[in-house]
Amino acid sequence: MMLRLAPVLIVLLLVAPILAGLGMVLLPAFGYLPALGRESLTLAPWQALFAEPGIWRSVTISLASGLLATAISLAVVLLYLAAATGSRLDRWIRRLVSPLLSIPHAAAAFGLAFLISPSGLVARLASPGLTGWERPPDLLIVHDPWGLSLIAGLVIKEIPFLLLMSLAALPQLDPERRIAMARSLGYRPTLAWWKVVAPSLYPLIRLPVYAVIAYASSVVDVAMILGPTLPPTLAVSILTWFSDPDLDKRFLASAGAILQLGVTAAALAIWWGLERAAKRLMGLWIERGERHRGETCLHLAGKLWILLATVIAFVGIAGLAIHSVAGFWRFPEALPESFTAAHWARVLPSLAGPVASTALIALCATLLAMALALAALEHEQRSRRPPSRALWLLYLPLIVPQVAFLFGLVVVMEQLGMRPTHALVAFGHLLFVLPYVFLSLSEAYRRFDPRWSRLALTLGASRNGAFWRIRLPMLLAPILTALAVGLAVSIGQYLPTQLLGAGRITTVTTEAVSLAAGGNRHVIGVWALVQACLPLAGFIIAIGLPRLLWSRRRGMQGAP
Amino acid sequence: MNATHRLELRDICLQLGDQVLVELDAEIAPGEVLTVMGPSGSGKSTLLAYLAGFLAPAFQARGRVMLDGRDISGLPAERRGIGLLFQDPLLFPHLSVGGNLRFGMPGASADKAARVEQALANIGLAGFGARDPATLSGGQKARVALMRLLLSAPCAVLLDEPFSRLDTHLRHEMRRLVFDRLREAGLPSLLVTHDAEDAEDAGGRVIELSH
Amino acid sequence: MPIRLLAAATPIALLLSGPVAAGPDPTDWEAVLDEARGQTVYWYAWAGEQRTNDYIDWVAGRVEEQFDIELTHVKIGDTAEAVSRVLAEKQAGNHGQGNVDLIWINGENFATMKANDLLFGPFAESLPNFALTHPEHNPEVVTDFTLPTEGYESPWGRSQITFYYDSNELRGDSNELRGDNQQVAAPPQDMSALLEWAAANPGRFTYPRIPDFTGSTFLKQALIELSDEDEALYAPVEESNFAAVTAPLWDYLDALHPHLWRSGRQFPATGHEMRSLMGDGELSLAFTFTPSEPAAAVADFELPESTRSYVPQGGTLGNVHFVAIPFNSPHKAGALVIADFLLSPKAQAHKQDLDVWGDRTVLDVARLDDDSRALFSLDERNPAMLPPGALQRTLPEPHPSWMTALEDAWKARYIGN
Repeated sequence: MMLRLAPVLIVLLLVAPILAGLGMVLLPAFGYLPALGRESLTLAPWQALFAEPGIWRSVTISLASGLLATAISLAVVLLYLAAATGSRLDRWIRRLVSPLLSIPHAAAAFGLAFLISPSGLVARLASPGLTGWERPPDLLIVHDPWGLSLIAGLVIKEIPFLLLMSLAALPQLDPERRIAMARSLGYRPTLAWWKVVAPSLYPLIRLPVYAVIAYASSVVDVAMILGPTLPPTLAVSILTWFSDPDLDKRFLASAGAILQLGVTAAALAIWWGLERAAKRLMGLWIERGERHRGETCLHLAGKLWILLATVIAFVGIAGLAIHSVAGFWRFPEALPESFTAAHWARVLPSLAGPVASTALIALCATLLAMALALAALEHEQRSRRPPSRALWLLYLPLIVPQVAFLFGLVVVMEQLGMRPTHALVAFGHLLFVLPYVFLSLSEAYRRFDPRWSRLALTLGASRNGAFWRIRLPMLLAPILTALAVGLAVSIGQYLPTQLLGAGRITTVTTEAVSLAAGGNRHVIGVWALVQACLPLAGFIIAIGLPRLLWSRRRGMQGAP
Repeated sequence: MNATHRLELRDICLQLGDQVLVELDAEIAPGEVLTVMGPSGSGKSTLLAYLAGFLAPAFQARGRVMLDGRDISGLPAERRGIGLLFQDPLLFPHLSVGGNLRFGMPGASADKAARVEQALANIGLAGFGARDPATLSGGQKARVALMRLLLSAPCAVLLDEPFSRLDTHLRHEMRRLVFDRLREAGLPSLLVTHDAEDAEDAGGRVIELSH
Repeated sequence: MPIRLLAAATPIALLLSGPVAAGPDPTDWEAVLDEARGQTVYWYAWAGEQRTNDYIDWVAGRVEEQFDIELTHVKIGDTAEAVSRVLAEKQAGNHGQGNVDLIWINGENFATMKANDLLFGPFAESLPNFALTHPEHNPEVVTDFTLPTEGYESPWGRSQITFYYDSNELRGDSNELRGDNQQVAAPPQDMSALLEWAAANPGRFTYPRIPDFTGSTFLKQALIELSDEDEALYAPVEESNFAAVTAPLWDYLDALHPHLWRSGRQFPATGHEMRSLMGDGELSLAFTFTPSEPAAAVADFELPESTRSYVPQGGTLGNVHFVAIPFNSPHKAGALVIADFLLSPKAQAHKQDLDVWGDRTVLDVARLDDDSRALFSLDERNPAMLPPGALQRTLPEPHPSWMTALEDAWKARYIGN
């Protein structure tokens, strides 16, 4: 019975808070906010919003960075997959990319900022030898008005996500056989992949791609660290309006939140249009039957770009590590004048509390999400029906921008008399953890050979017995991976933690972001590293535990 | 292992929409192997899924499956008492060889360990209990799968082309082993295959399915 | 569902929106101490500075020991978050079980909370240690951006704009020369000198992006110096001709921006980001609102040891920062006791210690008894600290409405479309 309720419960848990939250910003967006004595509907917030300096530029940048970051990440991932031949380099890249998924966006963004800013690692390494710079050049790189560094920061983080989603979807297309067939018709391998695998792969990863668009067009933390400032992106503006001491700005902020919803929807609509155009162009290209031209170029691009993105991300993290132990570090020295443990020593005593909260919240949210996801998937298997249509609602929290509904959700929670506790924050995280857990688990679960369970049943095991004794242990590896993804998602949450926790619940992420306000790079380095290491620990366990458990079961290695 | 069981298939008709896939009326005596033959797409696997209790909801079924005079068509798979032997041995990869055998053994019989050891010796695999199934040869795996089925004490057995994946030289040997054991256990069995040799070795009646 | 809930909450919200909700009587201090015992106080305080956080940790230890109060520092990146929080609670009809017990606040945040009846009080005058600030001689401890505090917040520390530079690059008070013996300009002492200096050293100076408060303070500082109508700045902005009063400021900024860091196309987000730019060598001259910050940053390896501070000759803007108690705090007694502890000579002296935080005291040290005064004696001279007496030249803050008006005008003028 519990199983049958699971899909309903999931949809309710995810959809109700979002709708309620949206409702509570929709009302103030039209001037209705009794606590401030406004009880009539008016368009004034909208007039104020469109009179805000730079608002159209904000909107344009949000839209453009969302679309461009997605297009570039997707292109890099597809190029890599097309060129991947299973060589050692390819496996090496794949192994490097997965841990990147676990690094929170904020930490990766700090790493990139420390790397590419005019006084960053790259400039220091090249100066004064190559550049002749004795002082940092006065160049607008980080926070550039076109949002290029913002896009770069997003691309670095979205590549691993899209890659893992694609790798999960690929086996059902049986790419090896398709390519072998195309090659027997005279196509070079990379071209063959583009022509016979890519068109079938895209529909399978469409939803994750949409999630990336929605995220990239409404992201807050990365945009604060790397994005333009005069004006900032729409989402960042909304956040500043919501926290403006002038309470009248809340009407403006609410209208902005609704506008953000529109911007994200517009980005999705534009993408959908691009999708159609690309499909037609691909069709023409495929029909032309070209078998050789562009092969080398595509092949090289496939290795180069993903390698570049991965190396940048890792060097950025290494830069954080150096900053966290650096003494004074004058430009253009390539290394600090001295090293010191003082920054760590100062942070360590205050580390235990936030780390414990982070772990507690992440474990609660992730385990609950896992239980719900397993229940829904098991129900799907037992009823032997195709996935319920309603489950697409699962992706609502990934598509609706956080800034659009979280502020409203806080008001709703207040009205329900919910106190800001770890439980409430964990519930807030569940909204974002559940979709990712489901997304990472469902492929493996649905692809799991049904004969195993049937066999168990014909051997007399009950349905629950078959689940616990066969399905669960055999799917241990993907389940642990999904858990690790869930933990990483929860650990990286800033806005939900800060808002639902009323600031009282401190996690490593809220700590890192609030200390970032102080601009002390050493402290940022320490916290960003801690923030990056926690989810990494989850991934190491997820990879290591099955190897350890199944070290004497060859059939469980690398499977299923 | 020597109780005798009887499987009756009464006026069975399986349909997908308006299309009739299988019509069958048969009775299988204890220790008898009934062979159902037909090309792929003739509805053999649908028939097996129906009998074992896994028919997808898209299909409609009429008729009754009687086991020892009891109508089991409404029961869930795990309570039908029908065992299955698949094309592949499907040894659970996370359990040891012994663990695989124990998985199907009903209840908490005290002498489980001894019976497992006995069963392994029976198929020439004495001392293999702690082994990783992935380290066994194809023939060994097939024998463990058969023994696992028998230890689960089914009342009837369905065979889904269980020999088609074996090497030619193993195939004959396995057929003899399987049919002997089933007969010995007095189990009514239904073999589905497209291989005429299977049917010959089974030595029972043969029913041909066509499109 | 949300609409019905909102409607249900509205009548309560209207009923209870009076200025003072029930709470302890601050004049009966013994009763306050009794009630405070065992309470847990949530103090929402900006946490961008490790030293501040460490100091608050120290306070938590003391009040636990002395008053049996558990103090939790709720770390926030922007005080306005706490203001929003209290507002959201009022919006939801939460009038007695608020999350915020104490806020570190001043300026427009205070003005907003007071104007919206979000504060508990008056209480400041009833705190036993408050008398040590001698408000009759130090009106700034009861005035916040020209607004009388009326006892709705209690003073905690002082800030004043202080400039700092790398003496290896700029000749300062010490007559030091740059390594190559090349004569360089002395640090600018007023706004017009600053413009000349910036023109001669393009890209080496900037100010934080508006609406960061350090950036806004720079605008006000410039306006006070450039405008002839100072008295207009100390009345609400509506009462004067904003365009006319501020015209010299915009002319000045238009001239200054091309010489700024990134040619004025971008600004650091905060004063602290400006400090890291100094540490990275991107800037040669910067300023802070916390006079001890440069010295502290040297100790924390963020600035070179050749850093020096100064206050320009004409003086700079300064203000006092406060703590306030929201109207719906359930632990007002505990919050009162903490506010009083923060004013004690021991806590104030510890705060002023450069090794701890370096935030200047609000007590009138000259009027303290000898024992207490001894606590404040300056320890060894730190080269990055201001010379003694530098902070005498303090200009008062304009009316808070100017800050908002200046911010809006700045944004309209300099945010690209």
